[in-house]
Amino acid sequence: MADKIRETISAASKPAPGEAGRTGDWRSQTPFIDHDKCSQKDTCLLCWLYCPDGVVGRDFPLEIDLEYCKGCGICAEECPREAITMAEGKTRDDVA
Amino acid sequence: MATKAARELPSQELILPGTRSCAACGLMLTYRHALKALDEGKTIVAVPASCMTVLHGVYPITPVKVICINNPFAATGASVSGIVAGLKAVGKEGYTVVAFAGDGGTYDIGIQSLSGALERGTNFIYVCYDNEGYMNTGTQRSSASPAGAITTTTPVLAKLQHKKDMIGIVEAHRIPYIATASPAFPLDLYDKFVTAKSISGSRYMEVHAPCPPGWGFPNKDLIKMGKLAVDSGIHVLYEIRDGKFSLTSRSLRLAEKGRKKSVADYVVGQTRFRKISDEQVRRLQEFCDERWEELVKRHNKDNG
Repeated sequence: MADKIRETISAASKPAPGEAGRTGDWRSQTPFIDHDKCSQKDTCLLCWLYCPDGVVGRDFPLEIDLEYCKGCGICAEECPREAITMAEGKTRDDVA
Repeated sequence: MATKAARELPSQELILPGTRSCAACGLMLTYRHALKALDEGKTIVAVPASCMTVLHGVYPITPVKVICINNPFAATGASVSGIVAGLKAVGKEGYTVVAFAGDGGTYDIGIQSLSGALERGTNFIYVCYDNEGYMNTGTQRSSASPAGAITTTTPVLAKLQHKKDMIGIVEAHRIPYIATASPAFPLDLYDKFVTAKSISGSRYMEVHAPCPPGWGFPNKDLIKMGKLAVDSGIHVLYEIRDGKFSLTSRSLRLAEKGRKKSVADYVVGQTRFRKISDEQVRRLQEFCDERWEELVKRHNKDNG
């Protein structure tokens, strides 16, 4: 076996989004942003700051990535202007 | 300089969406802001068996864009010592080595290797995210669980002992930087990671990470629970730099204005405290008050 070529075998993961699948499927409540109620000022951005998964955008009007939003409702709870509301259902179509 | 507004934080996200962590995970929010303070290409994270391993995903995909090494539960301190020595041996400079372990991997299982690394003065940041139990395996009791909490290994009487004073143990190693933080105060947390990164030597940080499924409160209340823990003195925000103790952020304001909330307000919102007796609440209050007095006294002494 001395002539067998020995190679270092390494198992390293590569970064990619959606490691656990489309985590938006976990959601039972969907967030909605009322852009008229939102201050649209970057002095606030509390929803962006407190989102554990970082799916709230930072550019106005704010957008939430519903493909990955787990529907925890922190953004709706922490919004000082109550511009975000949580509605039952997984997608916007379910609610509408 | 202290960061005052959310817009001052870097917009770059080093964690890609679609992770395996629970909705409203306190660790996830901590990790997101901690990585903002660290560089993408020059950070190496060491992770023992914990919720963090779950967050880092299953081969061949990971949602995190920094280099990560998984190590055995008890070996975090030893693992980072090896990484630091390896970087030195091959002449790579400018790397920040960070260990992220849970309270089980710090208070109980990893304490021996952590103490070894701190004693050797290994150049790394050790972060203990304290969710007060073995949450990944199903909410077992750890020595960080508070007195009065129901866990799956203390289901009848609730935990009888108070939380271990881990910071006291770490401080006895006389390392240059120790800090506590909370994801409910992300700006303070970010600042502390920036400070920790700028210092060389062993640095220890303890982050109080609320866990909605383990503690039994609604997902949406994550930030409220984190703030309540600080307001009631269950968790105190401070940093110790070369022995100089300073309260920071909300805890500093509480010390100045003296509007501390009672422990009963904190306990009532969590189902893990459903069996806590009035006597236990009273003792928990005394325990927190005593520690708060000590810390405020120490802050006034060091900041004259």
